[in-house]
Amino acid sequence: MNTDAALQRYLLQLGDNALILGHRLAEWCGHAPEMEIDMALTNMALDLTGQARALYQRLAELEGKGRTEDDIAYLRDAREFYNCLLVEQPNGDFAHSMARQFFFDAYNYALHKNLTQSSDEWLAGFATKALKEITYHLRFSSEWVLRLGDGTETSREKMQKAVDDLWMWRHEPNILSEAEEVLAKTGVIPHPDAIKAESEQKVADILTKATLTIPTDDWAQKGGKTGLHTEYLGYILAEMQFLQRAYPGLEW
Amino acid sequence: MKKEWPLWEVFIRSKSGLHHKHVGSLHAADAEMAIEHARDVYTRRNEGVSIWVVESKYITASDPADADPLFEPAKDKVYRHPTFYNLPDEVKHM
Repeated sequence: MNTDAALQRYLLQLGDNALILGHRLAEWCGHAPEMEIDMALTNMALDLTGQARALYQRLAELEGKGRTEDDIAYLRDAREFYNCLLVEQPNGDFAHSMARQFFFDAYNYALHKNLTQSSDEWLAGFATKALKEITYHLRFSSEWVLRLGDGTETSREKMQKAVDDLWMWRHEPNILSEAEEVLAKTGVIPHPDAIKAESEQKVADILTKATLTIPTDDWAQKGGKTGLHTEYLGYILAEMQFLQRAYPGLEW
Repeated sequence: MKKEWPLWEVFIRSKSGLHHKHVGSLHAADAEMAIEHARDVYTRRNEGVSIWVVESKYITASDPADADPLFEPAKDKVYRHPTFYNLPDEVKHM
């Protein structure tokens, strides 16, 4: 894989993470435990969708095939999505969604903080802008892991279960894809060890502070970065893409 | 049984130099959460640079029944308005 191909694939990885997690958060719209949380989750969904849009636009520009960001979001099938498996996992209860968000945010924050130093000027600029949004996401999700973990007996039980259930999906972001291997060598993306160390530290700190038990089984499920997904992605795409598939080019 | 979160009043400063203005209320478990909720509910359209929250129970309000003795006497005292001064253009936000 040459550097150009690697960068294009990497933009998809980042964009797909943002798009799919944004979709999952948007599913909470009208269902969150409190009106204020409903607003918070949909705000974050919009942040992520906005990030996906910018990344897809950049990809479309680089590949120069005349595709738009909408084509990239709506006209690819599951095997052509490269998001990590964590973000496509179902919402479950609120604790489950917050644990998923926290695991992703801890990684995403460390990633974007380091991406601001990228040798790719566009990526560095994108990361600087996105980091402000991601900083708030991490603050929000960390706080809920703390509140529920160090909360009542019931809330602690739910958060512990969420942490246990999601643990095997948590590692994939830090396992390098072929594209990431190429880009890490050329300084386009930060050294993966730095990101891993920082995000692991954050996860350990928050779980400890939340009085939760840190799972010891470190078996890691992967596949998303090579286009191999869980059954859930197909359902997400069916809902997300239906309109454009049924009525190509339809606009509001 | 659902226990409701307490109510908080939210004050937003729209830009530096202006004062905080009451914009509404919301529910939150504590002050920190109230700040986050205020950010999410009341500053989504770029409304603010600073947020104050105060739990509603700490606000003492005047009794509407007291409106006459409290406010009526001020109504016919126009001379209390500083309307006879010319304000220099440089003075903003008066």
